[in-house]
Amino acid sequence: MLNLISAVAAAGGAAAVGPPETHCKTGTKMTDSKYFTTTKKGEIFELKAELNSDKKEKKKEAVKKVIASMTVGKDVSALFPDVVNCMQTDNLELKKLVYLYLMNYAKSQPDMAIMAVNTFVKDCEDPNPLIRALAVRTMGCIRVDKITEYLCEPLRKCLKDEDPYVRKTAAVCVAKLHDINAQLVEDQGFLDTLKDLISDSNPMVVANAVAALSEIAESHPSSNLLDLNPQSINKLLTALNECTEWGQIFILDCLANYMPKDDREAQSICERVTPRLSHANSAVVLSAVKVLMKFMEMLSKDLDYYGTLLKKLAPPLVTLLSAEPELQYVALRNINLIVQKRPEILKHEMKVFFVKYNDPIYVKLEKLDIMIRLASQANIAQVLAELKEYATEVDVDFVRKAVRAIGRCAIKVEQSAERCVSTLLDLIQTKVNYVVQEAIVVIKDIFRKYPNKYESVIATLCENLDSLDEPEARAAMIWIVGEYAERIDNADELLESFLEGFHDESTQVQLQLLTAIVKLFLKKPTETQELVQQVLSLATQDSDNPDLRDRGYIYWRLLSTDPVAAKEVVLAEKPLISEETDLIEPTLLDELICYIGTLASVYHKPPSAFVEGSRGVVHKSLPPRTGSSESAESPDAAPAGVQPSEQPAVIPTQGDLLGDLLNLDLGPPVSGPPIAASSVQMGAVDLLGGGLDSLMGGTGFAAPSTVVPANLGAPLGSGLGDLFDLTGGVGTLSGSYVAPKSVWLPAMKAKGLEISGTFSRQVGSISMDLLLTNKALQVMSDFAIQFNRNSFGLAPAAPLQVHTPLAPNQSVEISLPLNTVGSVMKMDPLNNLQVAVKNNIDVFYFSTLYPLHILFVEDGKMERQMFLATWKDIPNENEAQFQIKECPLSADAVSNKLQGSNIFTIAKRNVEGQDMLYQSLKLTNGIWVLAELRIQPGNSSFTLSLKCRAPEVSQHIYQAYETILKN
Amino acid sequence: MDNTLTADFGNISEENIKNNFVLIYELLDEILDFDYPQNSETGALKTFITQQGIKSQHQTKEEQSQITSQVTGQTGWRCEGIKYRRNELFLDVLESVNLLMSPQGQVLSAHVSGRVVMKSYLSGMPECKFGMNDKIVIEKQGKGTADETGKSGKQSIAIDDCTFHQCVRLSKFDSERSISFIPPDGEFELMRYRTTKDIILPFHVIPLVREVGRTKLEVKVVIKSNFKPSLLAQKIEVRIPTPLNTSGVQVICMKGNAKYKASENAIVWKIKRMAGMKESQISAEIELLPTNDKKKWARPPISMNVEVPFASSGLKVRYLKIFEPKLNYSDHDVI
Repeated sequence: MLNLISAVAAAGGAAAVGPPETHCKTGTKMTDSKYFTTTKKGEIFELKAELNSDKKEKKKEAVKKVIASMTVGKDVSALFPDVVNCMQTDNLELKKLVYLYLMNYAKSQPDMAIMAVNTFVKDCEDPNPLIRALAVRTMGCIRVDKITEYLCEPLRKCLKDEDPYVRKTAAVCVAKLHDINAQLVEDQGFLDTLKDLISDSNPMVVANAVAALSEIAESHPSSNLLDLNPQSINKLLTALNECTEWGQIFILDCLANYMPKDDREAQSICERVTPRLSHANSAVVLSAVKVLMKFMEMLSKDLDYYGTLLKKLAPPLVTLLSAEPELQYVALRNINLIVQKRPEILKHEMKVFFVKYNDPIYVKLEKLDIMIRLASQANIAQVLAELKEYATEVDVDFVRKAVRAIGRCAIKVEQSAERCVSTLLDLIQTKVNYVVQEAIVVIKDIFRKYPNKYESVIATLCENLDSLDEPEARAAMIWIVGEYAERIDNADELLESFLEGFHDESTQVQLQLLTAIVKLFLKKPTETQELVQQVLSLATQDSDNPDLRDRGYIYWRLLSTDPVAAKEVVLAEKPLISEETDLIEPTLLDELICYIGTLASVYHKPPSAFVEGSRGVVHKSLPPRTGSSESAESPDAAPAGVQPSEQPAVIPTQGDLLGDLLNLDLGPPVSGPPIAASSVQMGAVDLLGGGLDSLMGGTGFAAPSTVVPANLGAPLGSGLGDLFDLTGGVGTLSGSYVAPKSVWLPAMKAKGLEISGTFSRQVGSISMDLLLTNKALQVMSDFAIQFNRNSFGLAPAAPLQVHTPLAPNQSVEISLPLNTVGSVMKMDPLNNLQVAVKNNIDVFYFSTLYPLHILFVEDGKMERQMFLATWKDIPNENEAQFQIKECPLSADAVSNKLQGSNIFTIAKRNVEGQDMLYQSLKLTNGIWVLAELRIQPGNSSFTLSLKCRAPEVSQHIYQAYETILKN
Repeated sequence: MDNTLTADFGNISEENIKNNFVLIYELLDEILDFDYPQNSETGALKTFITQQGIKSQHQTKEEQSQITSQVTGQTGWRCEGIKYRRNELFLDVLESVNLLMSPQGQVLSAHVSGRVVMKSYLSGMPECKFGMNDKIVIEKQGKGTADETGKSGKQSIAIDDCTFHQCVRLSKFDSERSISFIPPDGEFELMRYRTTKDIILPFHVIPLVREVGRTKLEVKVVIKSNFKPSLLAQKIEVRIPTPLNTSGVQVICMKGNAKYKASENAIVWKIKRMAGMKESQISAEIELLPTNDKKKWARPPISMNVEVPFASSGLKVRYLKIFEPKLNYSDHDVI
């Protein structure tokens, strides 16, 4: 990604260096082209002879010839051994050529390539640093497994070379090696060496090390390779001032991935990055902008510094526009994103987006787009005058877009609508065919936005009826006529005229005509009966188009059965349109902001959409907004200071998760005979559960309960028994602890669907409480859910039921009942749950950790005798001890609290002033866990000893204790 | 990047690429490593390149390690040990005024984008400081001495934005607004800047176009110089675009000479020099071939190139100081 931009930038940057120094050396050496000229047969043999010649000059000539044939695509791999023989030379020029040859052909001749290894190793110890670097660089480019093994030793030496040039080359070589054989790099400990290089004294070494680490980290989304901390960030920022322009880009890109701890840190980084904005290299500027845009998320809007930063961002962006058109385009695409995210940055800079005469068309169109985004009440007059000017230009595409832009301005800035309409009317008066057509299309949109306001212009529009020849314009005109049929005296005549050539029209026009005539009929039933008959028969009998036929039939039946209903349907109030139709979805926008300065920001697509290959795609996200002023804006924003990295940590590499989940069937009903049985049974329980729920409405259950299915682990009887217990006033009414919902699937990863949720356990049944939010711009429906196999066999006990389609910006809360009869597979961590959610858009995967206490069953109370026996029975190795810190509860309170979550206190003893609680609990799969909790009065730390036959659960039980006790 | 190539073997053509393919391989090798751009500074790259065969063979060990450390070090754009008999530094301020005028002759928007181009032929590792009448700097200094503000306040200009060559220490500019740098050898563009306020337009160009029938066009252009009469503008070149279907042009001009250049679709009018507050006029009759092309002529803007002894943005170079710790030569500026 970077490279393309860099290349463009390089072209721009280079031109900036000034007119070239033309010391033409071509005169002295018009020779190299001769190598291309030989085409005769048998040249391979000739070359072979020359390569083996004793004379250095001749050898060199021969190698050049070989490279020349290689360049034009001839296969010269047959000469491999001979060329490799020339490698042992002290002539740097010859050496470079041979290396070049090696890079090209080593892959096709892996066995022979081994021959070269020796020389490589030797060259890596050459006194000349240039040769050392050259050797390392070339070795990295030879992608032959056998060679990589030999590469390790020299590479290790070179990474610690005294010469910075060698070090920086070696750093990149680690990345190359990682690409060939990732495991080898890890085993050899190169990653640590690379990390050390970040603190190197030479800035270029630092930059290359950062570049290499970022590259490696990209293919390992979960690994914590670039664990940036304030110290290392500081080092990077220092190196930033000293290294070359490209090095600066590496460092800035890396900084953009860093998540500052608080707004103070973000601010101080921003302060040190801002000077980069006045760099001559536009790639540096864009990378700096990216860092600033990202960190600005963390700054509160009330801060003075926020304002200063906004001001500082504008001029460099504008300056980017004075470069070559290609660079301008890249800049404009990026600005387009920035403007959507933060229009305030460039709100005063409207003028610079005015189109220049000599701009290429792609720059013009992009500028127009940005102008509309920036249009506001303050500058609308200026913009309109400009747009009107554009509409008289000669370039058809541009004119069309300009006319559209006027319409969009009208829709966006209400106060300007009037002027926009009059401008459009002026344009219609020009009678330029395509201008008129385009104007009519946008006037239709204006009518939709401001109904019953500008109907006075209809007359003018009707005058131009004959000149319309494009389907879109005709359809728009017909819509207008139908919509305002009651005000147009000759509406029936107009529509009739269209009807004559009904079959020659495009589908769009036909459909529109059908609707318009039906509208007309409903408004003026008396005069138009014939017309409507005619159009309906045309649509239903003579048409091949199923859409048209269907629509025709629907109207026909509506009209014949219930004209009043027809009126309600056809003439219903239409929702107003808004101007945001072509905005990028907010989640995508946020992601793209993280890719400013790369190809993704030019395509306006996330990299995963166009980069193929094995590289794991890391979704980048903006840091959570800390400013309280905007807390309502994004419910997914984690509280300040919380690293959103918790989630990626649980997610296994995308590849195998996909593999696992794709094997699962996503059909809504859960498969397998035992569950089928349970769902039959559930029908009955459902009623009961529902009834109980409504009965218990007042008892203060935390979770929104809907369906209470029978948990097969706990018999129905005991569930009911428990209920009676509760109503009888025994135990606490609080139920099992329910954690607040957290975001499991951010909208960014799921095309706008955001899922947050938590787990709860209510009277013997487990449920997953989900909040689905649609943050996309389209309606979502057809939801289904499926779990991957997991440690405790958790599975949905009922299909995910979202009854109505989810409209944009709507949320729905669902409680999904779970059971524990699914297939079992041990997960790491134990409580990891991988989930697939499907909707009409796509299938999404996420994974989450469930708290273990939802698996504690209600009959987990052990008999005293049994407890003692079991405690003794379990070997001491299985005992685990934990500290629960800062929990200021008394022994009774603890006991009560835990009982709510099905941890039962069997006995309580007081030993030497300490309270000892002996407790037991049982998991859904029948594992018993015994616990001893030591509570010292006056000391808020408890000691928890757990004994269990399956010791791997202890850690999670302890976590469950912690969560229950501390909430 | 192509500039780098150009610098090494003249202009780019198929012939030249063939001639220098080995060199190109070598260059690309140095510029990019594993797709990571490494170095694109022409001067520095030259030290690597072995193709011309002069350098590599005679390099001593120290030289080699010197190259490597220089290239990776802080001043990758300049090598040590450059010597000139005469130490010279040339500085040009090139500005282009972009102007948008309404048909009534009102200036809608104007901005100046300027470049400061330097040619440095200095020995050693000189440290240069460059100062201009930037408003922010002047105001900052003005705080110390009150009466100076009054004098310089008028002349200072507000620069909207500027970008610098990579040799300029950006952090220093950010904190102190001083431009300090070690220049690379040879010609380079020190900075670019952009201003929008208080632009002095050196000339007024007033065009008049009249369409006489379908095959004839009358163009009249008046230029007025708009600066002090004592100053002289030089090498004025006005380019008046003509429609594509022009068949012949008759030009009458008061001053200088004008020619219709069919290949460029423009009338080029050249005036050697012109004093301030003067007026000059050109009128041309353009004959058109009748076409059935419905497209109207797009009327591209008239462009003009001038050399004037002042900058329309009002930018002035206040000082240029050179410090060289080792050689200690006296600095005299030729601007």
